[in-house]
Amino acid sequence: MPYNLNNSMKAYVYVSLKKSVLDPQGKTIHGALAKMGFHGVADVRQGKYFEIDLTGMARAEAEAEVQRLAREVLTNTVIEEYRYTLEE
Amino acid sequence: MKFGVLVFPGSNCDHDAYWTASKVLKQPATLLWHGSHDLENCDAIIVPGGFAYGDYLRTGAIASFSPVMESVRKFAAGGGIVIGICNGFQILCESGLLPGALMRNVGLRYVCKPVHVRVENADTPFTNACKPGAVLEIPIGHMEGNYFCDDTTLADLKRGNRILFRYVNPQGEATAQANPNGSLENIAGIASEGFNVLGMMPHPERSAEAILGCSDGLRVFQSLAGAMVKA
Repeated sequence: MPYNLNNSMKAYVYVSLKKSVLDPQGKTIHGALAKMGFHGVADVRQGKYFEIDLTGMARAEAEAEVQRLAREVLTNTVIEEYRYTLEE
Repeated sequence: MKFGVLVFPGSNCDHDAYWTASKVLKQPATLLWHGSHDLENCDAIIVPGGFAYGDYLRTGAIASFSPVMESVRKFAAGGGIVIGICNGFQILCESGLLPGALMRNVGLRYVCKPVHVRVENADTPFTNACKPGAVLEIPIGHMEGNYFCDDTTLADLKRGNRILFRYVNPQGEATAQANPNGSLENIAGIASEGFNVLGMMPHPERSAEAILGCSDGLRVFQSLAGAMVKA
């Protein structure tokens, strides 16, 4: 058997606004941090974080599945982008 | 002309839209449940305001994957008339029926008040009962109405005269102060390339009768009824 089908994997997906898109929430948090005396904070961007349990998949298949669900569901590609890590 | 108003879990302007179509415009109308593919031979679909699926993930995102939206995409591809109001506009953008996205308001506040919009193109099925440049008073009520699209899309919208409404002051000027949410170029409503799909953040169904304080919103519905009679 090339891999264990019962093997579970965990995907950690991070969704953030594209660099070209203004982030009013991040900007507000940045402003609050500056007011509270946190100096040296150059910028803040707010995003979303997903933990996804996967099962019964080989790594290559899991990679493809995570990329597809991140692209088609978790992000609105007009304004957002994603990155992820996959742990066995 | 038969209107179909979509109902998602969390829709809350569905009955207002239904009332406007059936009681004010006096046209046949029906409510269409999100879990069904059947559009019941309607001539125009209204995607109403509210908080479909609790706005989970992103406003309009989960709703755009529902069975009824598959049918609405096919209906629109065949030239069918679709209007998305507020959350409905967000759903149409998420569904790919309109370009761009509606982001969190600049200022991060839920904004609920009457605003003025200018009719930028009066030669469409949604605006033909208005004079070009007419200023309408229509209420808004949203947290995510900040329209955004990339430069190429904006150029396309302008070239095609597809920006139908802009936020303006009562004098009809599209100033920064008149922009309630940070929308790109004061955009309040846009149409698809074929001018059969409209998305707008202001609520015409909430200003369609004098008893509501203003009846300017009725023009959108009258335009539609007129356009369908001509066709």
